Amino acid sequence: MIVQAILFYIFGTVAVACGVLVVSARNPVHSVLFLILAFFNAAGLFILIGAEFLAMILVIVYVGAVAVLFLFVVMMLDIDFLQLRSGFVQYLPIGALVGLILLAELILVIGGWAVSPSVPTQAPVLTAAGGVALSNTRALGDILYTRYLFGFQVAGLILLVAMIGAIVLTLRHRADVRRQSISAQLARRRAETVEVVKVPLGAGSD
Amino acid sequence: MLIGLPHYLTVAAILFTLGVFGIFLNRKNVIIMLMSIELMLLAVSINFVAFSVFLNNLVGQAFAMFVLTVAAAEAAIGLAILVVYFRNRGTIRVEDINMMKG
Repeated sequence: MIVQAILFYIFGTVAVACGVLVVSARNPVHSVLFLILAFFNAAGLFILIGAEFLAMILVIVYVGAVAVLFLFVVMMLDIDFLQLRSGFVQYLPIGALVGLILLAELILVIGGWAVSPSVPTQAPVLTAAGGVALSNTRALGDILYTRYLFGFQVAGLILLVAMIGAIVLTLRHRADVRRQSISAQLARRRAETVEVVKVPLGAGSD
Repeated sequence: MLIGLPHYLTVAAILFTLGVFGIFLNRKNVIIMLMSIELMLLAVSINFVAFSVFLNNLVGQAFAMFVLTVAAAEAAIGLAILVVYFRNRGTIRVEDINMMKG
């Protein structure tokens, strides 16, 4: 139990510190790297709490896809980031004010709140028909593919739309690049392309 | 030393606040704003998972997965828009994004 507490404080502290550095780092590449570290620590928190599947998904989806996407964009765009940082100090007081108020409100809500004993805790979800305890992944699959099948399908649809949208947004046809036109190639007829020329002797043809 | 629900909720609250703070702080840099939104969504996921575990109800983890899905889609679309905008205008300053103001 003491080990769990120590690990919680390590993961939580590093995650929060990484959050601070994400929003305040001078270089956006460092911001992305701190974001990755924050995701890793959140995954550690998830493992600590017993949600292994979501921890793995967090590492794979966020670190493997989203953060790398951010890294690509930050490195691909040729932006003067120092210029974008002007006004940083100007926005600091109002941002700190709003952030502190929000944090105080959230802490007050958490501090003065307790789960009512009458809240039904659906313990049977975690066990199989025979009463054996399920692993987190198996239990999550059981609930995701039965009760939340519709939501699961919609999530897949959202991802499909996002993929198509991103491709359509960033695809461009450049005029200076010669592309293969397969339909034009297939529609060629012999009469349009082959020409029989009678070449006079000694004169050649143009 | 027992780690309970309030501990996780506090971490999530701090991360969420940092996300809001980041949006205020980086008013000119859209990329950091998107990262702040990712931080906020991460905090929401932590909340979902913490409640799910401590209330012994797996629905929260299913919804945390949906939050993750939406976060991934949002990041992909947002960054695609950013790339197209940069290609057209040569800058990503937030104040310059006013073409639709009329």
